[in-house]
Amino acid sequence: MSEMTINLKVWRQKSANSEGKFQDYKLNGVSEHMSFLEMLDVLNENLIKEGKDPVEFDYDCREGICGSCNLVINGRAHGPKHMTAACQLHMRNYSDGDTIVVEPPRAKAFPIIRDLVVDRTAFDRIIEAGGYVSVKTGAAPEANLIPVEKEKADEAFDYATCIGCGACVAACPNSSASLFTGAKLAHLNSLPQGQPERDKRSVAMVEQMEEEGFGDCSNHAECEAVCPVGISISAIAQMRRDYMKALV
Amino acid sequence: MKLESNVPSGPLEEKWSRHLKDLKLVAPNNKRKYKVIVVGTGLAGASAASSLAELGYEVSTFCIQDSARRAHSIAAQGGINAAKNYPNDGDSVWRLFYDTIKGGDYRSREANVYRLAQNSNSIIDQAVAQGVPFAREYGGLLDNRSFGGAQVSRTFYARGQTGQQLLLGAYQSMMRQVHAGKIKNYPRHEMLDLVVVDGKARGIITRNLVDGSINRWQADSVVLCTGGYGNVFYLSTNAKNSNVTAAWRCHKRGAAFANPCYVQIHPTCIPVSGDYQSKLTLMSESLRNDGRVWVPRDPDDSRKPNDIPEEDRYYYLEERYPSFGNLVPRDVASRNAKMVTDEGMGVGETGLAVYLDFRDAIKREGRDAIAAKYGNLFDMYQNITDDNPYEVPMRIFPAVHYTMGGLWVDYNLMSNIPGLFVAGEANFSDHGANRLGASALMQGLSDGYFIVPYTVGNYLADADLTSVTTEHEAFSEAANASTEVLDKLLQINGDKTVVEFHRELGKIMWDKVGISRSKEGLEEAIEEIRALREEFYQNVRVPGESSYYNKYLEFAHRVADFFELAELMALDALDRDESCGCHLREEYQTEEGEALRNDKDYSYVSAWEYGGANGKLETTLHKEPLEFEFVELKQRSYK
Repeated sequence: MSEMTINLKVWRQKSANSEGKFQDYKLNGVSEHMSFLEMLDVLNENLIKEGKDPVEFDYDCREGICGSCNLVINGRAHGPKHMTAACQLHMRNYSDGDTIVVEPPRAKAFPIIRDLVVDRTAFDRIIEAGGYVSVKTGAAPEANLIPVEKEKADEAFDYATCIGCGACVAACPNSSASLFTGAKLAHLNSLPQGQPERDKRSVAMVEQMEEEGFGDCSNHAECEAVCPVGISISAIAQMRRDYMKALV
Repeated sequence: MKLESNVPSGPLEEKWSRHLKDLKLVAPNNKRKYKVIVVGTGLAGASAASSLAELGYEVSTFCIQDSARRAHSIAAQGGINAAKNYPNDGDSVWRLFYDTIKGGDYRSREANVYRLAQNSNSIIDQAVAQGVPFAREYGGLLDNRSFGGAQVSRTFYARGQTGQQLLLGAYQSMMRQVHAGKIKNYPRHEMLDLVVVDGKARGIITRNLVDGSINRWQADSVVLCTGGYGNVFYLSTNAKNSNVTAAWRCHKRGAAFANPCYVQIHPTCIPVSGDYQSKLTLMSESLRNDGRVWVPRDPDDSRKPNDIPEEDRYYYLEERYPSFGNLVPRDVASRNAKMVTDEGMGVGETGLAVYLDFRDAIKREGRDAIAAKYGNLFDMYQNITDDNPYEVPMRIFPAVHYTMGGLWVDYNLMSNIPGLFVAGEANFSDHGANRLGASALMQGLSDGYFIVPYTVGNYLADADLTSVTTEHEAFSEAANASTEVLDKLLQINGDKTVVEFHRELGKIMWDKVGISRSKEGLEEAIEEIRALREEFYQNVRVPGESSYYNKYLEFAHRVADFFELAELMALDALDRDESCGCHLREEYQTEEGEALRNDKDYSYVSAWEYGGANGKLETTLHKEPLEFEFVELKQRSYK
């Protein structure tokens, strides 16, 4: 098992209003089998032992599904590996002596809490505006009374698989949340269950997205490139179609 | 302590429907006068919160994640059981009930399990109406697959992300109520204490994880949905932030903790690779539908797996359990993996792994068909291990996955503290001594959508609550106690990190309170846990301060609670002088190495009452006898 020395430049910022800066760290003994976050764990263990403040970063499941982790690594949301969340990135993707820059996703709508931790509650408010089917507990009909074509169900699933990490926002030059919003709209608007509220939902979610301070989409497609679960940018095309249709 | 199960009388099939008729109601215009706090927003919490808010209660939700959508239910992969019998293979509510109670090795309440099976079908209806994109057949109807411990196909699934899709359905329903103003949602808030006034649960204390402030919240009822305590083992498939603190603080306020020693060790996880390892990743049990588990017959066989011919492979599950084969329940599969590796037949660098091989399935169905079923799991495996499971067998090993124990609740899911309800994995639940696959999602949603909304109303209807504000001395006392715990930890300023202590605790637990246990090992474990806990309070180093975002401070107080829980788990395992389900005491096995129950002496739920001083637990054991009116207790057999 080969061990590496990694040079880190990590964004440190005490709070939303304080000034931040990159701090250099040299980390020895990094195993290629470590995950990227485990490498940061080791850095933090060292910092704590040296009496310094550890680097704060968000994580939970560490298996790529909860969407908590959202590091921007060498300028790319979730790092170099296609369709891979930062927590699923392994150090075998790096070489001895590499320098790695780690920073938070930067967007007006995602204010920094501390170091690499940001506030993504804007995403919750977009869902709150209309990202659901209004069905009360107990009011549902027998499940197989709602047949859905397999292709349609599979397509809806592909959009529903969004983990809400915010990489799309971090990668977008306009800090747009169009891929996130479009994915939820495409999921619900393509299913029979989602039809009654289709127009209302489309308008409410798009308007909430704007209100939160996310930019508009100008078709750079950076979002699709960094999405850890491979949401297609066609979600955005469908969102625009649904939004326009709802307005006319 | 009085523990009344409150199971209604009457025939098994009618208990729940009769009970529903007897439950008291709160009039619609009165519901808005009641405040209900829901802690945790996983499947149980999100479904309970949205359902209670739809009924008209004033609901507040709290979670430690930055969004309610990230609760660890999201990581459940394989599926959710229901007795729909769509495949026409002979399934029924009775059969789902029977499989679950047998799977739990007859250590759960008949009435609860039957109700769970009854509710299962409504969950599927609810989820489909919400737009949960379950897998479908070409005719447009729902598809099913098989899971361990059952001979029918009753598992509904959404590729390998069923938990994610069900949780997003519940989360979206919850956010709809936030939008309607019926739920106030507080992410990044951690519950530190339960406030009890006149013997009733009347509120909680939380820490705002962003600014570190300690906050008081008053309510008329508290619903705890804070998940399980598998992270006491340090390495588990749980999310890194999953913890026992909320439940443990309720326990310290008087709520009984039931069956703490029942821990599910999942057979199909990616093996440990090094000391830096921070968590273990599950490979869904659904893989055992098509994957075949084996090890080389010769412990010294150093050939690559694909070079080992059929006759030199030991398909130990298929050979030992011909009728269930690779689909035996989880406890049986885990125990057998340990057995073959103990005998030296394990594979991989550490020898602590067995093969899960898809060669035959790919030959039979083609690579595309296998990719359609398990694609994301195969990708995940390759990402972590750098091996391609389409070409070489996966290496798997058991890991801590789920805890069947939890806070004791009655049939109404209320703890012995009136007004404190506990749902989902956090309660001691319906799974007895072992949970079958695809049953956790079912239980969380059954509790949240279809039980708690009725039973909380029943409690409130004649709870006769006095008016209480957050200025009440009980709130002040609890808030001060919470602050003291944090200050104490920050002041120690020792040499060892929280993670180092946690890792050591986990090792004791895995070695001595894990897959198999013995009297001697458990007694050693208790001594070691006490010693380590003492060292923790003298030598832990917690960085920073409590007045801002400080993840390692959160970990420190969670680990402090894990120490006490760990000791209780060992005590419980020591008390249970039998083997049952996941609890294998080496002294009690059949000649074939299966769990040997002792129904005469141990057919009870162990419910522990907290007592402790000077770093030593002084707990009292209460027993709720389990009575079986409708099923006959048998030696479990999957042969």
